[in-house]
Amino acid sequence: MAEKTRNKGFSLLLVLLFGAFAVLALFPLFALLLASFKPASELFRYGLNVRLDFDVMTLANYKTIFSGKGGSQNYFHWYRNSLVITLLFTFLCLLLSSMVGYGLAMYRFKGRAFVFTLVLAVMMIPVEIIILPLYKLSIDLLIINSIWGIILPFVVAPLPIFFFRQFAIGLPKDFMDAGRIDGCTEFGIFFRIMVPLMLPAYGAMTILQALFSWNNFLWPVIVLRSTEKFTLPIGLSGLLSPTSNNYEVLLAGSIMTIIPILVLFLFFQRFFIAGLTVGGVKG
Amino acid sequence: MNANTGRLALKKQKTAPRRMNSQKLAPYLFIMPFIVSFLLFFSYPLIHAVIMSFQQVLPGDVKFIGLANYRKLWNSDFYQALWNNSRYVFWTVLVLIPLPLTLAALLNSSIMRAKNFFRASLFIPALTSIVVAGIIFRLIFSELDGAIMNSFISLFGLSSQKWLLSPSLSMFALVVLATWRWAGINMLYFLSALQGIPRELYESADMDGAGTLSKFFKITIPLLKPITIYVFTITIYGGYAMFTESFMLWGSRGSPQNIGLTMVGYIYQQGFQYFDLGFGSTIGITLLGITLVVSVIQLNLLGFFKKED
Repeated sequence: MAEKTRNKGFSLLLVLLFGAFAVLALFPLFALLLASFKPASELFRYGLNVRLDFDVMTLANYKTIFSGKGGSQNYFHWYRNSLVITLLFTFLCLLLSSMVGYGLAMYRFKGRAFVFTLVLAVMMIPVEIIILPLYKLSIDLLIINSIWGIILPFVVAPLPIFFFRQFAIGLPKDFMDAGRIDGCTEFGIFFRIMVPLMLPAYGAMTILQALFSWNNFLWPVIVLRSTEKFTLPIGLSGLLSPTSNNYEVLLAGSIMTIIPILVLFLFFQRFFIAGLTVGGVKG
Repeated sequence: MNANTGRLALKKQKTAPRRMNSQKLAPYLFIMPFIVSFLLFFSYPLIHAVIMSFQQVLPGDVKFIGLANYRKLWNSDFYQALWNNSRYVFWTVLVLIPLPLTLAALLNSSIMRAKNFFRASLFIPALTSIVVAGIIFRLIFSELDGAIMNSFISLFGLSSQKWLLSPSLSMFALVVLATWRWAGINMLYFLSALQGIPRELYESADMDGAGTLSKFFKITIPLLKPITIYVFTITIYGGYAMFTESFMLWGSRGSPQNIGLTMVGYIYQQGFQYFDLGFGSTIGITLLGITLVVSVIQLNLLGFFKKED
């Protein structure tokens, strides 16, 4: 009995502690959300704060963005670019990486161990090291300042390959023979039998790669030169300067890049968590 | 009739070996995307980076200059960048392992309530891009009196600070940003490892009369070693490759007295602002060296772990 009440006390203490941490985690986003409803002049005068002042709060910043006037005419270009790049990148990345991972898992062939070692090696070396030669290469390949310049160099990604390999190893090999007897080609077996079996892996990887692409900054900021081709992170980062007079777009625009992700997160929480912690899968 | 069946048999004979062939060929087709991408977008640039690090690369004029770029590394900017990254790594490792580990252990305990809600809310910062996170924290750490950080410290009677102009205060800002952005993810890493620990271990420890703390230090911590090494490694990698956070807090022109300069920021500056691709590559190769040392340490640690098994 005594232990039960003690446990209840501990339980309440823990909930309070985590409540405090949850407030800390959500507080910065909440502050940005509030600021997005206030005129930028407030921000310049008082700084970012969480005063609920309904007299100054309006939807004006959002109206500015949707009006397409002032500094906002590019915002929806950026939004569209980010969407197109994210969709295309995620689709190609999943298709190609799952093929590679599947190939490494399901077939015995010469050089398999070597290729897998290369995958691990690529995973261990940060891409930041090779951005300069990669930039020169993109110029030579004529993919600079284009969405292909952003997508192609990283579309066959080592982490998804590794993940799909680990997943495919657990798939029943008998299905392959059954498929062969039914006259499927090797690619037919992959697309008709194995891809449906790997759907959970695709779910986790979709989240990981889409979020990566949506939020990616360093490489796109190097590849993209013209304003109308920018993605959201590049466009927004350019608005953040003391001389910028587009803080309306910056504040409301930042909120509008997070909202779709938060909505998706509420619906697909499990996939998000599986996708973003995928690096911890044991090898 | 006879001729037809004959043809059919012949056709079968033809397709059978072809299918055998395709089974031999198929794996190479499957892995082809990786091979192409590896050669074109990884090996070639990596080799090119090594070569350029020995060159002076000016538009239309490339010449071999031996170790001159490497000698050029002995300058205060490079030291500052290396020092900034190392301090950042030190602090992020110090915060982003014990804190998430503790949170995960508490969240995993049987007396915890509303686990899913707290797990989700601590995870949400990880969904935010570093650009948006940078925008928010630049405003939070603004020097205005009314900005969040300054109004917070004023509660303790402290006067307003110019956070992003001082080396130690701006490092604090960077570490706060990193903690906000990564603590939730690291907590989930630890949480999934915790959920993989078999319950029987704790039950038998209970029968031996072990207390909560001794169970935590004798069972939980040792079994979390692989995931801890993993989190440790990605924190170091991420710390030495940090760029966007600094770019967002100080902008593309860089920070006063380079208090926010990082190695990757230095590569970016040399490559895209001074167009010195040779020297920029040299910094990249140095960063590669650091990364390799970290990898060797990681593999060693994991190797140790395997021996204990």
